[in-house]
Formats: sequence, C-alpha cells, structure tokens
Amino acid sequence: MGRVMTETTVSTLTPPRAARRGWAGQAGRSALPVLTVLAAIVVAWYLAAVWMNAPWVRDQAARAGETVTTGQLLRATMAQERPVLPAPHQVAAALWEGVTGQSVTSKRSLVRHGWITLSATLAGFALGSAAGILLAVGIVHSRVMDLSIMPWAVASQTIPILAIAPMVIVVLASVGVTGLLPKALISAWLSFFPVLVGMVKGLRAPDPMQFDLMRSWNANGGQVLRFLRFPSSLPWLFASLKVAIAAALVGTIVGELPAGATQGLGARLLSGSYYGQTIQIWSALFAAAILAAGLVWLIGAVARLTLRRMGLAR
Amino acid sequence: MSAAVAPEAPRSDRAALAFWAGLVALALLWDARLGALAALWAAGWLTNGLLAWWGGPTGRTAIPLVFGATLLALWEVAVRLYAVPSVILPAPSAIGARFAADLPMILSDLWQTLVKGALTGWLLGAALAVLTAIAIDRSPFLQRGLLPIGNFVAALPIVGIAPILVMWFGFDWQSKAAVVVVMVFFPILVNMVAGLAATDALQRDQVATWNAGYWQALGKLRLPAAMPFLFNGLKITTTLALIGAIVAEFFGSPTRGMGFRISTAVGQMDLPLVWAEILMAALAGSAFYAIVALAERRVTFWHPSQRQ
Repeated sequence: MGRVMTETTVSTLTPPRAARRGWAGQAGRSALPVLTVLAAIVVAWYLAAVWMNAPWVRDQAARAGETVTTGQLLRATMAQERPVLPAPHQVAAALWEGVTGQSVTSKRSLVRHGWITLSATLAGFALGSAAGILLAVGIVHSRVMDLSIMPWAVASQTIPILAIAPMVIVVLASVGVTGLLPKALISAWLSFFPVLVGMVKGLRAPDPMQFDLMRSWNANGGQVLRFLRFPSSLPWLFASLKVAIAAALVGTIVGELPAGATQGLGARLLSGSYYGQTIQIWSALFAAAILAAGLVWLIGAVARLTLRRMGLAR
Repeated sequence: MSAAVAPEAPRSDRAALAFWAGLVALALLWDARLGALAALWAAGWLTNGLLAWWGGPTGRTAIPLVFGATLLALWEVAVRLYAVPSVILPAPSAIGARFAADLPMILSDLWQTLVKGALTGWLLGAALAVLTAIAIDRSPFLQRGLLPIGNFVAALPIVGIAPILVMWFGFDWQSKAAVVVVMVFFPILVNMVAGLAATDALQRDQVATWNAGYWQALGKLRLPAAMPFLFNGLKITTTLALIGAIVAEFFGSPTRGMGFRISTAVGQMDLPLVWAEILMAALAGSAFYAIVALAERRVTFWHPSQRQ
C-alpha cells in the first residue's frame, strides 16, 4: 500500500496541466465561461437569500398584524441586521467597511485581523517549508532517513492533524507561550508535509543519465545537489508550496478558534457565530478567501517568473 | 540511485557511529537525563542503519516500525525522567490506558463524528460531485467556467463555513455532514471532470465505430477510464471529511462526538483523553483511507499504478 499511497499523494502535488499555461492565455480563453458561472452563483445567492430570509420577515409582519407586499418582502430580505443568509451586497459592504471604514488599529478593522492571521501564516509557512526542504535533502542523501521517515510522512497525511490545533494552542498557553508562535507552529506542521513529500519527489526527478553525467564530471554530493537536484526540483517545490500556503492559512484560522482568541480572522468567525452576527462571519470568511487566493496567486506568479527565467516553463 | 550510494556504506556507517557516540557523550556531560535520551535515540537510529544495509527486505520493512517505536520510547522516557505534568504532555502509556478505559465513550464519539457526520457527508458530496461532473460533461463552456472556480475554491479555507452551516442545520450531525459535503465537493468534481476527459480520441473513435450512443460510451468507456481520477479525489477527501466533521463540532454539537470531546477535555485540561481521541481519529482516518485505497485497487486493477 505504501507505494501506491506515495504516488497518489505526490500526484496531487504535481502541477495540473492547466496551471502551467501562461496566465494571459488561460484567462483569455476562459474569462467568459468563468464570468458566466460567477454571475449564475451570484444570482443563485440572491434567490437563496430571499428564500431563506423571508420567513423571518413574514413572522415579524404577522406579529405586528401587518401584511407585506412582495416588493416590501424583497427589500426587507436584502437589508436585515442578522439575516440567515446575507445578500452579496451586504457582505461586500461589510468587507469594504471593515477594510476602509476605520483605522487599521481598530478592533473592528479587517485589515488588522487579516494582518494578524497573515503574519502567523507566513511565519508558519516559512518555518514548515524550510524544515520540509531540509528534511527532504537529508532523505535523498540518507537511506536510513528515507526508510525511517518517509512512511510516517506519507501516513501522516491520512490523519486529521488539524483537529489537534486547539489542544496545541491551549497547552502552549498553559506553559506561557501565546500570541503568534502557537498558531505559526500549527501552520508550520500543516505546510511541512506537502513540501517534504513534493521535494523528495522533486530532488529525485533528474533521470539516471543526468546523475551519470555529474558522476563523470567527478561532482561531489553537494555539487550534484546544487547544480542538478535543486534546479530540477523547482517545479515540484512550487506546486507543493501552493498546497502548503493554503494549508498554512487554514491551520492559522483553526488555531484562532479556541476560546480566548480575540484577534485574527478565525476569532472573528468564532465571535460572529457566538453572537449570531452572520454578516461578520461572511465578511471574515471572504477576507480569508481573498487572503488565500492572493497568497496562492503570489506563489504562482513567483513560480512562473522563476521557471521562465530558468527555461523550464512551457 | 540507492545502488550508486551503496558502496560507501561502511565508511558513512563508521562516521555515523562516531557522530552519535560524540553526541551522546556531549549530552551526558550536559545532563544525565539528556544523555539517556540521546543514547536511546542513537540506539534506534543505529539499529535502523544496520537494518538498512544488512537487514534485507524484511529488515527494511521493520525500519519505520523501529523508528516509530524509538519516538514512542523517547516520549515515554522523557516524560518520566523530566516528570512532565500530564496537563502539558501525558506519557504514551497514560494515553493508552485512558484509550482502553474509555473505549466505549470514544467509540460512541467516533460513531457520531465519523459515521453520522463525515461518512454521510462524504458519500453525499461525492455523489453530488460525480453527478455534476457528468451533467456538465456535455458542455465545454460550463467546464471551462467551473474548473477554474473549482480549483480556486479547493484552495480556500472552507472550514470557515462551519459556523454558518451549524447555524442553518442545527447542532446535530446534519450540520457536520453539510460542512463535509461542501469540503469534499470541489476536489472530487475537479478530479472527475479531468477523469471524464481522460480517454483519447482513438478510443472514442473505436466506440463510435461500434455505433455506441452517448450513454453507452459513457458507461462502457469513459466512466471506467475516469475511475483512477475519481479515486484520487476520493482518497484526498477522506482526511478532509474527518477534519470538517471534527472542526464543525467546535462550533456546537450534541454532547458527544470527537470534536466536542476534544474541546471540552481541553477546557478541563484532561489531556490524556484529548490524546486518546486524537489516537482514535488517527486510526479511523488511516482506516478510512486504507478502505478507499483497497476499493481503488479492486476497481482500477487494470491501471499501471496498481500493478505489482
């Protein structure tokens, strides 16, 4: 089973065919379909908002002994303070208000909460990726490390590690470690495995002929690593970094969930759910989504630039 | 590649022995307890070194087990030597004892979270994704529109919708299943769409010359060809399903379930119980994955990656 698991796990890390194409070419061909689907989603969202918020409006009207016309009903479902499902423009307004409505030091500012989440994510991502790359280098050079660690690294991907996050936070808090570090540790742990598995695959990507060539030039292990293994592992590295940064962000957000956390997008989600502030939940959720998309896009951009410079892009 | 490294084994092995002996000595000078831990680690590592070079195939399969046992022993000995309080890190033996003692409760948590929440949601989400993939199969326009969005959504922190869905569907397993449906839908959809496109023109032409209609071609050629892709999606999402169900319970649940137990036990600083639940989650997650992998082997026995 181990062999099969390795292959499938890594196959999810190799860049999909569509992702390797240039951004412009991809966008040009699929802009219209994507926009159509997005428009359909927004329309469906509005319909769902009317449908899900209408009972409350009818209930309020019945209590007041009034009857509501369809027009009133529609308007009322779009502008509730605590709707079951906020309409898209309410979420957009809350996002805009959260970003520009107050100074970034305010407790309601999404910029501030986003920054707290982002800093922990980036710290954990850097830590986890560095550890993953170092261990991968060790593994391709040491058979003992390879045989000891790789089966566990692969098996660990089937374990719901994220469920441990709250415990890590609380335990570290009880020994006096609070703030950015506990969240960063969870992010690091989550981003560590994709990078490790991808880099092991990548560092072994050169074919035997290329290794033979390096040998015939009397290259030592360090030189093979620097001139052959590292350059050929870069496509794998970037593909796994994309997975890793998304995982790191999820790890940070879940790490912000335990009671007591008051800062970060995860804490906004939790306090929103405590007080029934649905608009706050949705705006925090979209802020997190925008952050995730931005980070993945950033890594994609760095990957495209680097690979084009190296002549590896198609 | 391993063959190219093999001749250097004895030299590197002697170097390793010297390195570990030096490290143990250094640790002993620092602190006797640290020395004991370093000696334990070095013993495990050197055993694996011996097994790797001279153990043969059986020795090699034992290596990860020796490594795992070394880590466990290190954990146990460290907790005992340094008298680490169990509210910070319980010893593996304490976790094992708690696991055995509270097994009925842990199993009922598992039933609530894995079977009612995760499994229901996973099956529902997978069925929805496969049906959607087949529905948009005839429209390249929809595929070009949905795939980038699917890839995009797959990278988002979808766990965040848990509080919303708990509000909508209540505290019981239905809300957990709903979170799982949303989490597993897009990865499976993206894989299934790719799978349905996996046949080549020659194969489709062949089926067309046999006068097969759309549904016949789908049933006899394209669905079987899509199975390796589908199973890839199914395997990735087993872990996601369990994570979704557990995390959703942090936002509200009946008084059982793994997420509920973990969050309340953390609140009571009952760390052995937390670790016992985590052990169960790990076992269940691996078993879930293994069952899907086994099914994959039975269904896609013809695929090159499944041949021995």
